[in-house]
Amino acid sequence: MDTQRRTDFGPPDFRRFLPPVIKDNYGKWKYHEILKPGVMVHVGEGGDKLFTVRAGSPRLLGTKRIRKYAELADKYCGGHLRFTSRHNVEFLLTDEANIDPLIKDLHDLGHPVGGIGPAISSIVHTQGWVHCHSAATDASGVVKAVMDDLHEYFDGTKQIPGKLRIALACCLNMCGAVHCSDIAILGVHRRPPKVQQGLNKVCEIPNVIAACPTAAIRPSTVDGNPSVEIDESLCMFCANCFSVCPALPMADALNDGVSIWVGGKVSNARSEPMFSKLAVPFIENEPPRWPTVVQAVRKIVEVWADGARPYERMGDFIERIGWPKFFKLTGIEFQKEHIDDYRYAGLSYKRSAQLRH
Amino acid sequence: MSETNGKGSATPLLDELEKGDWPSFVTQIKEMAADGNEQCQQLLELLERSYREKIGHWKHGGIVGVHGYGGGVIGRYNDLPEEFPAIAHFHTLRVNMPTGWFYTSEVLRKICDIWDEHGSGLTNMHGSTGDIILLGTTTDELEPTFQALSEADFDLGGSGSDVRTPSACVGPARCEWACYDTLDLCNDLTQTFQDELHRPAFPYKFKFKCSGCPNDCVASIARSDMSIIGTWRDDIRIDQDEVRAYAEGGMNIERDICGNCPTKCMAWDGNELEIDNSNCVKCMHCINAMPKALRPGVDTGATILLGAKAPIVQGAQLSSVLIPFIKLEPPYQEIKDLAERIWDFWGEHGKNRERVGELMQRVGLGNFLEAIEVEPLPEMIAAPRDNPYVFYEEYYEEEDEEAEEEEPAAVP
Repeated sequence: MDTQRRTDFGPPDFRRFLPPVIKDNYGKWKYHEILKPGVMVHVGEGGDKLFTVRAGSPRLLGTKRIRKYAELADKYCGGHLRFTSRHNVEFLLTDEANIDPLIKDLHDLGHPVGGIGPAISSIVHTQGWVHCHSAATDASGVVKAVMDDLHEYFDGTKQIPGKLRIALACCLNMCGAVHCSDIAILGVHRRPPKVQQGLNKVCEIPNVIAACPTAAIRPSTVDGNPSVEIDESLCMFCANCFSVCPALPMADALNDGVSIWVGGKVSNARSEPMFSKLAVPFIENEPPRWPTVVQAVRKIVEVWADGARPYERMGDFIERIGWPKFFKLTGIEFQKEHIDDYRYAGLSYKRSAQLRH
Repeated sequence: MSETNGKGSATPLLDELEKGDWPSFVTQIKEMAADGNEQCQQLLELLERSYREKIGHWKHGGIVGVHGYGGGVIGRYNDLPEEFPAIAHFHTLRVNMPTGWFYTSEVLRKICDIWDEHGSGLTNMHGSTGDIILLGTTTDELEPTFQALSEADFDLGGSGSDVRTPSACVGPARCEWACYDTLDLCNDLTQTFQDELHRPAFPYKFKFKCSGCPNDCVASIARSDMSIIGTWRDDIRIDQDEVRAYAEGGMNIERDICGNCPTKCMAWDGNELEIDNSNCVKCMHCINAMPKALRPGVDTGATILLGAKAPIVQGAQLSSVLIPFIKLEPPYQEIKDLAERIWDFWGEHGKNRERVGELMQRVGLGNFLEAIEVEPLPEMIAAPRDNPYVFYEEYYEEEDEEAEEEEPAAVP
């Protein structure tokens, strides 16, 4: 074997890639200001300035586009750039005069600049039909359609009261961990798994049975072979069984689609972090542009933008006006599916007489 | 592969996603497909088919990887290999990003060169956990890709039941609010736990995320089993001149700053902002709103919280407080020891696919704390229990009391 083979050396040390202005001011930044949409300046204790230009990206990038980013970094930033936790690309400049030419080049390349401060930033999302085996919807396509509609909230053309974070996950596994977003778009399956022939050859039956949180899967015999049967009335479509057993597919063109959740956040600012809650239980998949999803998201954004106080996040806004008012303002029909029926469901029931009439 | 044959586009549905103002992923795939890149051409056609049929065409991953590693590669096969042979295997490599997602143009080009040579040329910058995602190659190319990456000093990230690639906010590199060195801690944990990261040996995944302040820009409280969130113990630093400058600039300090303080620990008399720091919960709102006037204190460190996860399978959880305050300085031994104690208990008692947060719920936080040798504190709870069903583990018998009485009283 190759004796030169290196393993377990980890990522390259990030310090190798920091621009000189960051090395000089590491841990010594004093304050920052947002200069205009998508542009901020950080000022060091000693007065050094670092300008950041943030651009939206489709997350799925070809090497050709990444090379373009590298060219822009060479042209304006001494070769330095970074990416954010929401898939944006950030160019790190020391010469203020380079900001506008860089923005122009980014626009020419088709990348909007924005997403800083009270704005809608890029949508954190998953793979969808591009590359995932358990997707109930596409990810990139829904995101593209929603952001085409909301880009003016990204680039600052439209002012909003505070931050609004959208995330999309194409199934309940939530690789995009959307459960704490102001607006979450979540792919959902609605048909119980279809037991495939020869299941016992590809799956460990005890594992499959143990994987079900509601004990809906029981051992059975099909054509003399060990298999499983599903009590469909107990299935809540979590797809945990499919995760451990490929012979239990959940995806189904007639029944898969999208749900929309609202009011979650991760920041501790003002109120504590909170989960997103169900707003729209189900919208069918409408490729290529998911118009019903786009419309529903826009309506929710507009209701919040019209009614929220400065800094107020979606969840705080809804808590202040109350859920009945939220459903009234958005025109979303309240239905049985909105009421929790899993573990600790009762904690989400209204347990007081404090109601707005 | 199908051709357009002068009858219009082979991908009419996807073409609709090249319209509009937001940058298009379809354009990205087409850009790469343009020079005869068969993988990207067939990916477009397969995706068009998904758009037509409203269903995905990717199968469960098989066991593929690189020598000596149990993770880092997601096996992916399509279910129509005869029609789409160029992407019959289309595996993903998760490559551990430089902490904080900092790059030079030189190193980005290096990654591009490697991926153009060995794979589809498609990436995600970045995946949800933070890795560089190299999207799509064949089984035969996995080992050569890893070899080329390792020559460029890039290693694989985590996948499966192991430590997943830890991530950190931008931290002290570009943020005045970083209460500890998120980048250094994240890089240190990543390097320390390379074995745990590359060889799955846990009941399920384990994520670390390092946020420098309670704004939590990497969503650690929602998305990591161990959430390390910067905070401080002393007073918020105030520059009263700058507070007045914000007021003169039109900020309504009474309404938008004091009025939004969750503990109402601030008062503004039109000239001076007064803060009762003993009642401040470090929510960051006032500092976020007035970054030139207010800053976190100087006695900084972090709160460690445990157990966040997405819904699968017992329900979503946010992390809850485990260590209210800890100083974080290299070599970070205390936090590493804590992680190892948690993994020992979880390894012994966790069920298959049970996250640490679920185990904590199942055995009870009190029992969990005992097992990992952490004292219970009131900071760990929102409120004490409201049900009276306490599991006392021991009780006395008559004989016990007599035995105790006979013992001589302890003399100091």
